[in-house]
Amino acid sequence: MKNNQPDIIAFCCHYCAFTAADLAGTMRLQYPANIRIVRLPCTGRVDANMILQAFVEGADGVMVAGCEEGSCHFILGNLRALKRVTYAKKLLTEAGVNSERLEMYHIAASQGPLFAQKSKEFTERIANIMSGSANK
Amino acid sequence: MKSESRLEKILASGQFALTGELGPPKSVDVDFIRQKAEYLKGKVDAVNITDNQTAIVRMSSFAVALILKEMHLEPTMQITCRDRNRLAIQSDVLGAAAHGIHNILCLTGDHQCFGNHTTAKNVFDIDAVQLIEMLRQMRDEKKFANGEEIKNSKKAPIKEPRIFIGAAVNPFADPLKFRATRLAKKINAGVDFVQTQCIYDMERFNEWMKQVRNRGLHEKVKILAGVTPLKSVGMAQYMRDCVAGLMVPDTYLERLSKAQDTAAEAINICVEQIHQLREIEGIAGIHLMAIEWEKKVPEIAEKANLLPRPRV
Amino acid sequence: MITAERKPFEAVYEFARRHQKILVLGCGTCVTVCMAGGEKEVDALASQITLAARQKDDNITVEKHTIERQCDQEFFDEQTSRKIKQADAVISLACGVGVQFCIECFTDSIVYPGVDTKFYGANTEQGIWAERCIGCGDCVLEKFGGLCPVARCSKSLLNGPCGGSAEGKCEVDPENIDCVWQLIYDRMEKLGRLDELELNVPANNWTAGRDGGPRKIVREDITL
Repeated sequence: MKNNQPDIIAFCCHYCAFTAADLAGTMRLQYPANIRIVRLPCTGRVDANMILQAFVEGADGVMVAGCEEGSCHFILGNLRALKRVTYAKKLLTEAGVNSERLEMYHIAASQGPLFAQKSKEFTERIANIMSGSANK
Repeated sequence: MKSESRLEKILASGQFALTGELGPPKSVDVDFIRQKAEYLKGKVDAVNITDNQTAIVRMSSFAVALILKEMHLEPTMQITCRDRNRLAIQSDVLGAAAHGIHNILCLTGDHQCFGNHTTAKNVFDIDAVQLIEMLRQMRDEKKFANGEEIKNSKKAPIKEPRIFIGAAVNPFADPLKFRATRLAKKINAGVDFVQTQCIYDMERFNEWMKQVRNRGLHEKVKILAGVTPLKSVGMAQYMRDCVAGLMVPDTYLERLSKAQDTAAEAINICVEQIHQLREIEGIAGIHLMAIEWEKKVPEIAEKANLLPRPRV
Repeated sequence: MITAERKPFEAVYEFARRHQKILVLGCGTCVTVCMAGGEKEVDALASQITLAARQKDDNITVEKHTIERQCDQEFFDEQTSRKIKQADAVISLACGVGVQFCIECFTDSIVYPGVDTKFYGANTEQGIWAERCIGCGDCVLEKFGGLCPVARCSKSLLNGPCGGSAEGKCEVDPENIDCVWQLIYDRMEKLGRLDELELNVPANNWTAGRDGGPRKIVREDITL
């Protein structure tokens, strides 16, 4: 939690999601300030351990944002990321952490508005989890 | 003669044999056994008693064989390799022979995953071919599997089991090209008679018999063709769809669904099959597996001109 | 290699919560290759335990360490030794051999198994390992063209197949198990050795395998 806002890490690939985030900024679109972006060459760089480590170090939610299916700059990176996110969700559930705190998104470089929208949605989701349900 | 087996005598004399089958109860229900046995009495030459078939626990084949003997039927005790190692099997065979059980059928056995005790260990110390060889050695060389003579002590007389050795063959399983060789291997191991998996596809069966005859195998072993009446459309569908390797021709399903009296039609089909199989060169008899329909065996045997059974 | 799978998390956590200071000890050989107990898996488990402990308000600190192998004394070096002794308990991600050997080397320590050891297998495709050998102690591969019926036939038949072979699959699990006897037939056919399959293989001597009791190899030329 930071300033009453959920602390969210967003692993974004340089070629698509990060560029979209950048574009959102240029377009002056509002998206939650509590989202901290970690730029990676490709979401294929993400593995389950990285995600778990983020939660261990205090993240309330983790987004993994990569290219649209079929458009990955490194061909299969985003598909590998999706499989690993699924696996990480399983590990989180086993450890008693709500797997809804983790999500994979596919956002093209030109989709500034989509990035802003998804960030807002995800932040709301995490806020709900933290304020409401027993299953944290 | 290798044994006192009635079945052996009939086959040796060149007469067409007929064997039946009985599945033991999943309890100590002796009446169940007696009831079924009554249907078969005098209608077949010997009765197979299954051994924890499909890996479901039932009264042992040995125990039921004794009950059948009390009723003056001739049992064929079945032994699978799944539940017993070579010690237990040899021990059971000595016991069976001591009780006048002459026919022993050697089977690999269904894997326990199919049954009702799936968490058990399986044995498979030996396989069906090695089992046949072991029994032949006991009978002909009068030696146990370890080479020791079958006698109680150095000075005691040799008293080996006099048994008639059988096995199962499946002409329809894969690899198809290897199935005649499988029979040859069992013959080399010493098998006296074999019973086939139930036959519906005459064409395929004839193919297999051709291969068997080409290798002269029909002259080295007595082959009994397996027959199971398709007592309902449901059963026919099940056999076609759920039993691996079994091909049930559509004509049978059609006839059964169109029939007014399904049971009667089922018997008609069964009798036709028996007649067809009898015509095939190399077939020495029929193994009729009317499981849960034993009461129809007398009718089927009658209509197939297989009664009365010969006296030996 | 020896393959293994991480034990279900609840089971491992149940071991962990009995203590305050846990060392998750990985192994760099077999279990690394089959991705069940190497450095990466140590990281994942350590994170899971930390997160779960947080959830449940359990007081558990987790240390992590991975060594080359846990079945050779040499790899339990100074640093490793210290970490093991400093921990209240160790969760070893090595195979059953490693866990036991770790205890033999550190008799005062409590060591729990973090994986279920499975079989000797090969990595047939990415992410998939399949059983190939059961250590029967008396290799008969040559007889069958290089395919093992003892390990790969569900019934260990030496004069197979049984009647349950259908379309090259074993009826025990047609989706996952090939009928090795179909494979043997095809291979021997390819090698021009089909006639050998006509010969009956006699009953096996199982004493070379586990049936003869736990085994040992002693190399007199190497022992000190």
